[in-house]
Amino acid sequence: MWDYSDKVKDHFFQPRNAGVLADANGVGDVGSISCGDALRLMLKVEPESDIILDAQFQTFGCGSAIASSSALTEMIKGKTLEEALKVSNQDIADYLDGLPPEKMHCSVMGREALQAAVANYRGEVWSDDHEEGALVCKCFAIDAVLIEDTIRANNLCSVQDVTNYTKAGGGCSSCHEGIEDILARVMVERGETYTPGSAPKQEVSPVGLTNLQRIRKIEAVLESVRPQLKRDGGDIELVDVDGKTIYVNMTGACAGCQMEALTLQGIQQKLMEELKEFIKIVPTKVSSLTRAMKG
Amino acid sequence: MNGIYLDNNATTRVDPAVVEAMLPYFTEQFGNPSSMHSFGNKVGLAIKKARMQVQELLGAEYDSEIIFTSCGTESDSTALLSALKAQPERREIITTTVEHPAILTLCTYLEKEGYKVHLLQVDHKGRLDMAEYRQLLSDQVAVVSVMWANNETGTFFPVVEMAELANAVGAMFHTDAVQAVGKVPLNLKDTKIDMLSVSGHKLHAPKGIGVLYLKRGTRFRPMLRGGHQERGRRAGTENSTSIVGLGKAAEMALEAMDYENTEVARLRDKLEAGILAKVPRSFVTGDPDNRLPNTSNIAFEFIEGEAILLLLNKFGIAASSGSACTSGSLEPSHVMRAMGIPYTAAHGTVRFSLSRYSTEAEVDRVIQVVPEIIAQLRKLSPYWDGDGPAAEPEKAFAPVYA
Repeated sequence: MWDYSDKVKDHFFQPRNAGVLADANGVGDVGSISCGDALRLMLKVEPESDIILDAQFQTFGCGSAIASSSALTEMIKGKTLEEALKVSNQDIADYLDGLPPEKMHCSVMGREALQAAVANYRGEVWSDDHEEGALVCKCFAIDAVLIEDTIRANNLCSVQDVTNYTKAGGGCSSCHEGIEDILARVMVERGETYTPGSAPKQEVSPVGLTNLQRIRKIEAVLESVRPQLKRDGGDIELVDVDGKTIYVNMTGACAGCQMEALTLQGIQQKLMEELKEFIKIVPTKVSSLTRAMKG
Repeated sequence: MNGIYLDNNATTRVDPAVVEAMLPYFTEQFGNPSSMHSFGNKVGLAIKKARMQVQELLGAEYDSEIIFTSCGTESDSTALLSALKAQPERREIITTTVEHPAILTLCTYLEKEGYKVHLLQVDHKGRLDMAEYRQLLSDQVAVVSVMWANNETGTFFPVVEMAELANAVGAMFHTDAVQAVGKVPLNLKDTKIDMLSVSGHKLHAPKGIGVLYLKRGTRFRPMLRGGHQERGRRAGTENSTSIVGLGKAAEMALEAMDYENTEVARLRDKLEAGILAKVPRSFVTGDPDNRLPNTSNIAFEFIEGEAILLLLNKFGIAASSGSACTSGSLEPSHVMRAMGIPYTAAHGTVRFSLSRYSTEAEVDRVIQVVPEIIAQLRKLSPYWDGDGPAAEPEKAFAPVYA
């Protein structure tokens, strides 16, 4: 039996806003009948103000799919489309006091139904940008497709690599056999053989970058995120590069901001994609350092 | 009423008489049956008795053909791995697409180890194609493993006949009979079945005890090596308390065999007919003319099984479903898919499995509650419109994959 929160149970047993919305002017149909979850979200939007006057849903799915749909309609009613689109799948899960990792995709479906309905209202065509696979890592809710894609894009060759890039396998470690299976499969595609325990490829992946080229690439990445940081009143500067560790200094509003760890994680991910190697980004202030690494 | 339990294919309650038989073996008769003193000796005698009780239920020729294990899965793994080890020149396995994961997952693993696994397909009623089976049999086949009855639909497989055919090409035959033992009269001594798996908790014995039946003369390689327990075929100190419990449960199952096949079957039929009469767009899956007396698997179209179970649970009714969501996988039950049940129905399958403790009043209550629940969920379904499915349901709602 799933460990559903009382809020999930409440929204399942007494779904809000269920049924057909007769005068809807934005409809989003998403989901997959093969997976057993499908959702139709109907919106009534006031054209002058873009405010969602009413929202209703119909769902073919499990308890958490119905609860996520119900929660979503409650969350977006009265919001403008712009405000509503800021609702993330994590917001939906939080609204329900959390969902089991196997069920996080129900909240993703809610978020996608919203995007589809808004696109439909605006006369645009919405297309799904990700495919979902079987859940591999239950600790961090990472599925097989994401792991496969990440291995392929970054030429990964060890479980440790996969954990570094996706977090999968970084918790209880029971899914390591599953990750090894995926590694073996994907590595065959590129003509390699998976060997357990093989260390991440050391100096091969930077594709022969000189130190100067590496630093230029790093600076280019930092440059690309700078406008975003500046918008929030902060900035970032490169302090030093020591092998796989990149030291940065967060300044302005970014320094000590609660989101600092999260921001650094995002930048780290970008740097890894750009440099095609595993790197660690470390803020130079000790207090923020511990926070970032915990994140 | 303390809840209505119709999930007996998942597990059963331990019969109070079984608990009573077990209790002295926790505190009074706690000895190790291998010990020389009288503490151990009495336990040894109790295990001997239990072995004979199980022998009788299975219709085995010798009591030494009964090997106690920890569960059905251990019996299954032991059987298949032994057959492969004992006949290294044979590299093929035949099984079915609708086996329990205890067999299927093991076979997927063995495939990676280099064995060739043949999966027999089933038709829309879950029946095997015997011609296909005959064709696959050869002197390359080490073992055939086919369940006696399917756990989801209750459908029987012709294992006795299949064992004869396997025997004719020198292949071993194993059957996972965890659902059948205790519900179907067995007479293994008159069959060519080499190995058979039993799970105690499916027949009112406790969890954590199983049996591997091993026909005398069948070549065997143990999975657990160590002490001399179970004649060296399954090392490890005996779970004496549970073995005693399983013995008692086997004796009681034999006594209740007629009741299971008459009264339990009657209640099952009443439940099924009652639901089908009141719920439109619902149908029985599997082969209703050839199945376990206690099992009914009904597909409710256009709604999802986990949602049904959650609402049933609110009324104190316990059943199970073949939907993807109940297992956390992305596909509905492999058994339903193998029978070609469409997704819109496969996700909405509910298995009701009765026991000899099920009552008429319980069945009446379920017949009363189920139609309301189905109607309530269909109101939420984008495939449903008023009193029936939306016109051309697959077209009325064709979501973008997400």
